[in-house]
Formats: sequence, C-alpha cells, structure tokens
Amino acid sequence: MRNFLSDKVQNIQPSGIRKFFDIVSEMKDAISLGVGEPDFETPWHIRDEGIYSLEKGKTFYTSNSGLKELRGEICNYLKRVQNLDYNPDKEVLVTVGGSEAIDIGLRAMINPGDEVIIPQPSYVSYEPCAYLAGAKSVIINLKAENEFRLTPEELENAITDKTKVLILPYPNNPTGAIMEREDLEKIAKIIIEKDIFVLSDEIYSALTYKEKHVSIANISGMKERTLLINGFSKAYAMTGWRLGYACGPAELIKQMTKIHQYAIMCAPTTSQYAAVDALKNGDEDVEKMRQAYNQRRRFLMNAFSEMGLACFEPYGAFYVFPCIKEFGMSSEEFAERFLKEEKVAAVPGTAFGESGEGFLRISYAYSLENLKVAIERLKHFVERLREEKV
Amino acid sequence: MREELLSIVEKNSRIDLKELAVLLGAEEIDVANELAKLEAEGVICGYHTLIDWEKTSIEMVTALIEVKVTPQRGQGFDHIAERIYNYPEVKAVYLISGGYDLLVTLEEKTLKEISRFVSDKLSTLDSVLSTATHFILKKYKDHGTILDKKHEDSREVITP
Repeated sequence: MRNFLSDKVQNIQPSGIRKFFDIVSEMKDAISLGVGEPDFETPWHIRDEGIYSLEKGKTFYTSNSGLKELRGEICNYLKRVQNLDYNPDKEVLVTVGGSEAIDIGLRAMINPGDEVIIPQPSYVSYEPCAYLAGAKSVIINLKAENEFRLTPEELENAITDKTKVLILPYPNNPTGAIMEREDLEKIAKIIIEKDIFVLSDEIYSALTYKEKHVSIANISGMKERTLLINGFSKAYAMTGWRLGYACGPAELIKQMTKIHQYAIMCAPTTSQYAAVDALKNGDEDVEKMRQAYNQRRRFLMNAFSEMGLACFEPYGAFYVFPCIKEFGMSSEEFAERFLKEEKVAAVPGTAFGESGEGFLRISYAYSLENLKVAIERLKHFVERLREEKV
Repeated sequence: MREELLSIVEKNSRIDLKELAVLLGAEEIDVANELAKLEAEGVICGYHTLIDWEKTSIEMVTALIEVKVTPQRGQGFDHIAERIYNYPEVKAVYLISGGYDLLVTLEEKTLKEISRFVSDKLSTLDSVLSTATHFILKKYKDHGTILDKKHEDSREVITP
C-alpha cells in the first residue's frame, strides 16, 4: 500500500510534552506542576448562563464570525481594559480557542517562503502552525538576563527581507515574562520601519502582577499591523469551552473568516452565550483569581530564594521558570529524575524551544497546599543534588 | 494590603505571620501591625473554626427562628435584640427587612431544648409578637465551604 500521509505532516515533531505526559500518567501518586490551565472551575454564573442557553434551546450554529452580542462585548472589554477601538462587525472573529486564531491568522498571512519570527521559549504551536502555513520559522532565543523579553537588537538581527510576521507571545508561557510599554515602543519602531506584521498572542493578558498588560496594538502606528489574539481560557478559567477571538484589520479578519467558515463553521454556541456573561459580569472573578495566583507566585519566589535556586521574577501568566544549570544536567534529565525520585512532574524548559535548556517550567495553577508539598520535595531534591556534587 | 489580608485570614485564620507576609509581598512587621489594628478596630472580631458537627458523635440541632417584634420607643429593635442575643445558645441575631424583624440562629443539643427556649424564653418576652421556627435538616454549604464534597483535580496531568 502506498503511504497516504503527507510529507508535511510527517515532518512535524510531536510536542515534547507528550513524551513526558506518558511517563507521568503511569505514576500513581505523583504530584503535577505541569498543567497549563487554571485550577479554578469556571465561575458558576458563567456556567449557569451556558446551561440556561441550552435550556432555551440555543443549540444552533451562530453566524460564522460569532454571536453579534459577543463580538460587541469583546469590543467593550478591549475598550474598557486596554482602550482599544475595534469594530464588532468587521474587525472581530470568534474562534475555537486562541489556538485556532493562531493557525488561521498565519494561514491568512503567509505566502510560501515567507519568514515568521518566533521568540522562544514560547508556546508549542507557533512553529508547527507556521510550518503548515508554508512559512519558514526564524527562532529568536530569548535570554534569562533580559528576563526573557524581546529586545530591539534581537529582533533586528532576525529580520531579513523575507520576514513577514513576528509572533509576540506575552505575557509568556512558559517563562512568565511580560513586555512593558517601553519594551513594546522600542520594538514597534523596528516593526514599522521594516514593514512587518505582528501576531500578538495575549491569552494571558488578564494575569499580570506588576502594571496592567499593555497590548502592542496600543502603541502608536501598530494597531493596523497587529492581529490581537485573546480568549476566555486563562482569564475566566474556561479552557474546556474552547473559545477565543482575534481582532485586527478588517481585510485580514475577512480572509481569516473564510478559512474559519470552511474549516470550523462557528465556535461552540453554548460557549459563546456563556462568554457574553463572562465579559459582562466576570471582572470581579478575574480579579479574585489574579490575586490568588499572585499570592502563589510570591510564595514560590520566596521558596526559590530560600533554597538558593536562581529565578528571575516573572510578572505574568501562571508560570515560574527557575534555572537549574547549577546541577550540570539537561532540563529533561532534571525533570525525569525529579519525577522518579520525588514524584513531582514539572515540564522541562526545552519543551518550549532550545533556549529553554537549563530551565524548568513550574505552573502555579495549583492550590497553595499542593504547592507547599511540591516545594518541600523540590527542596529535598535540590539539597540531594548539591550533596552529590561535592 | 488591608483588603487582601482580610480575604486571606477569612479563609485561613491559622496562617502564620511569616507566610502571610510572603503571600502579601509585605514585611512581617507591617502585617503584624495591620492585623493588630484590624483587631483593635473590631474589623476582625474573632478567629473561629468551622466544624461539621454531623461528623462527630456530638448531637447538635440548629434552628432558624423568625421573630416578629414591636420596636420600642427610643430604642428601636436594639433593646429586644440585646435581650435575645445575651442567651449563650443563641449563635446569631440579625435584623431583617421583609416579612419579619429578627432572624435568630439557635444551636442546642436536642429539638426539645430548642422548643423549650422558644416557648419559655423567646415567646414570653414582652415585645415579641410571634415566632416561626425552622429546623435545619442538612447543611450543604456553610461559611462559603461546601461540606460534603472533596475537591478533585480532574485536569490532565501535563498540558502545554
């Protein structure tokens, strides 16, 4: 029989996380710090709205671009929290999670041979999505000494005359890094000068612990060259609802809507009704969760400093990214031994790109009680490794 | 800091000062001072423990009693409320808007003791016009805590 698989799909590597997942699932009493989703359940009033929509028989397709009311609320929200103006009829598309928006956004922009700049460590789907869209990925290896922010020099060095899109993943998974207004202004200058476009993945925008998140679309001259991607998963603890959105120039949204229309039809209707309520009545819930994350973040940073583990202070998302280079082993080795010897699962930094080597992603989407147990084990582990070395 | 401090100790009054300071990103001494202030101002009124008596061998009956009263000249409801809340078996007294005036929570060992309290002590007070007693059959949730449900993490163990 002939091989029915495309070369392209066979060339994609399965996510580095997968392999680790298989080991963890077999271990019974392991504690995990490896989860990339909130530990909170979706606030009840949001769930209730979803249930109510089902009771009322709202079980049909919505328009391709999403419920009009939801698009309106998305625009209200972006105006309210980031002072951004988008037209709900032409510049917003409701998608199946932020993930779909990344995929179709790239597909709508890339011609074969175009280059997409991807700063790493970052979320696992940018590179394969860019590849499937026909682009060549140009990786920027972000540095711990810059707190994993993207510097203008790094960006400038990565740009060629084939560069079309920069992916800007902040607040960042897995590092927890953020980009503040001054950082954005510096890179915006280059972006405008070199005439490239930005896909800004702001799915963690509600979870920052310093200043409020600033979107690059907010920097002068950038809105017309930015595709802003956000969603409900992280802010409202709605991962399973699979709902996100993209906002950008009308022409781009129009082309993305075509792909969305043929591949997806529309985002889940129940989720869309629930999301309307999330945007209307959810600000307080978001703030409560943000406060809880922030307390855990402080707890972890304090614990690291007590055990002498190097870690820059991250101000976004719900991850910390401690450095484990002092132990002289690879991230993967460290994570595997930590799991086998102490029964705690944390994801090796390399799952998010080569520049994650020497780091570990620890998620704090866990209760303080859980984190305390896990940190106690990490302390044992670190102490033992240091003794081994002497 | 005040609001966040309160929201933490409201859920966990046993938390120690050092940890509290870490969670708030503040100095221990400042947290201690703020706590002392909150206690002095009567914002923090006590550090209680939520107990599900159902799970012990100790018998405990709780009743909610709606009380209609005649407010007294010059004192409104305060005087009659005080007469009621001074009984140690009375756990809570609220002034309520709507169909009746005071809501009294009462905890006793037996049904009999509760009915004796209502008929002998409460109903006989001069300004009490009528009472309606509701016995609590089961507590599902108390002080924001769901009593009979263990939290389980149903997430996948590793996700990107």
